[in-house]
Amino acid sequence: MKINKNIKRTVIGEGMKEALYSAFDNILTVSSVNRYIKEIISRDMILSNLWIRGEISNFKYHSSGHMYFTLKDENSVIKCVMFKNHNSYLKFLPENGMNVIVRGYVSLYERDGQYQLYAEEMINDGVGNLHIAFEQLKRKLSEEGLFDSCYKKAIPFLPSSIGVVTSATGSVIRDIINVLDRRFYNTRIKVYPVKVQGQGAAQEISRAIDMLNRLMCVDVIIIARGGGSLEELWPFNEEIVARSIFNSKIPIISAVGHETDYTICDFVADVRAPTPSAAAEIVMPEKQQLIGRLVELDMRLRNAVLRNVKLKRKRLEELKNSAVFRQPYDRVYQERMKLDILCKDMRRAILVRQERAKSKLNFLIGKLDALSPLTILARGYSIVKSIDDKQIIKSVKDTEINDKIKVNLADGDLECTINNVKGRI
Amino acid sequence: MAKKEKNFELSLNELEEIVEKLEQGEMSLDESIEVFQKGVTLSKELSKMLDEIEKKITMLVEDENGDIIEQDFIRD
Repeated sequence: MKINKNIKRTVIGEGMKEALYSAFDNILTVSSVNRYIKEIISRDMILSNLWIRGEISNFKYHSSGHMYFTLKDENSVIKCVMFKNHNSYLKFLPENGMNVIVRGYVSLYERDGQYQLYAEEMINDGVGNLHIAFEQLKRKLSEEGLFDSCYKKAIPFLPSSIGVVTSATGSVIRDIINVLDRRFYNTRIKVYPVKVQGQGAAQEISRAIDMLNRLMCVDVIIIARGGGSLEELWPFNEEIVARSIFNSKIPIISAVGHETDYTICDFVADVRAPTPSAAAEIVMPEKQQLIGRLVELDMRLRNAVLRNVKLKRKRLEELKNSAVFRQPYDRVYQERMKLDILCKDMRRAILVRQERAKSKLNFLIGKLDALSPLTILARGYSIVKSIDDKQIIKSVKDTEINDKIKVNLADGDLECTINNVKGRI
Repeated sequence: MAKKEKNFELSLNELEEIVEKLEQGEMSLDESIEVFQKGVTLSKELSKMLDEIEKKITMLVEDENGDIIEQDFIRD
């Protein structure tokens, strides 16, 4: 009934009035109301051709070639569509945050019961305010040194507790927990729930970081949010958040928006992760991998020491097998052999010499024999000596008649007396 | 708490150094056995550290006095 009254008050034109009166008896369908409103809007002179200034957000370039976006100012938004036949004349590709002036008409999209601007022309109206604010804050903080790499803290290798500053509901925290579960099941996670968009979100995020720093109950903090428009991500571009991150004693990983979204938060944080899941991957090594590495190291350790022992043993064996140890008496034997040979040589030398001496002796004996007076005596000669054997009588003059003399013959002696002496003439 | 993880990373590095040193095999046998024993101890400690951490997901919320209380996190 209420809707009927409202419609009654806004009715314009006779035909419409009639259509409505006939409908009074029936209950209207949603479609007919929407069609009716569309009719009214299309009759309005202002709405049928207007220029609107605003900032583009939620821009989507559909595969059909049509562009869907919203135009916004500080207080309000209006949905817009720019069909392919119109946007093909555009000199630039619209993007979020761009300030533009759009010409078109307002009409109702009956299916959704939503009015929107059907854009036919678009002029660039300078850079969007949020973009300017972003660039300004970025420049300011950069000049202050908040992004300097020297302030970046290292992410602990195996944090025993991880703080997550994000919305307590939604896919982001779920993704993070799932990834952490997968990588390292027994992880301690402390979720610090905060608003991640809209009024007061920046303050909550900043407070969460400060609080975690006061409690010192985590080793690393992940600040996370899913993808969104520049406006939706805006809390992460606010100075208060940047300051808290910079002042944090606990290392912080920023994982805000999609891979292509950059926020001030990303620049100040110690590490920027492209997505919340990636943040979870960065913060926690895979347990399986760690175990694998440990096992590998353990194996290498054992192998190395075994090899070392083996190597030393081999060297010992080599030493043991070396000639010195294998035949310790070898040298002695060799010396002994040499000695034996020498002895033998010596003996032989002596024998030879003996032999030679013996033959010489025999020769001499023979010779002596030949020279021996006895031999001569045997041949019939005799030696005449004085009777006392003291002198050999070589001349007749040495004797006198009646002298007793001794005559040596080969087989004995004769004692004689000289009867006569005859000298040879 | 912070000390412990530092130990993990440092210990892991130390273990790696030990292994590399051993693999070069230029140590005396006595020395290598000593180093090996140290490595085995480290490796055991490291494995223990991996399993020591207790799984727990909690939510930090402020009570009316502004104090932080820790609650179990209910997963949806």
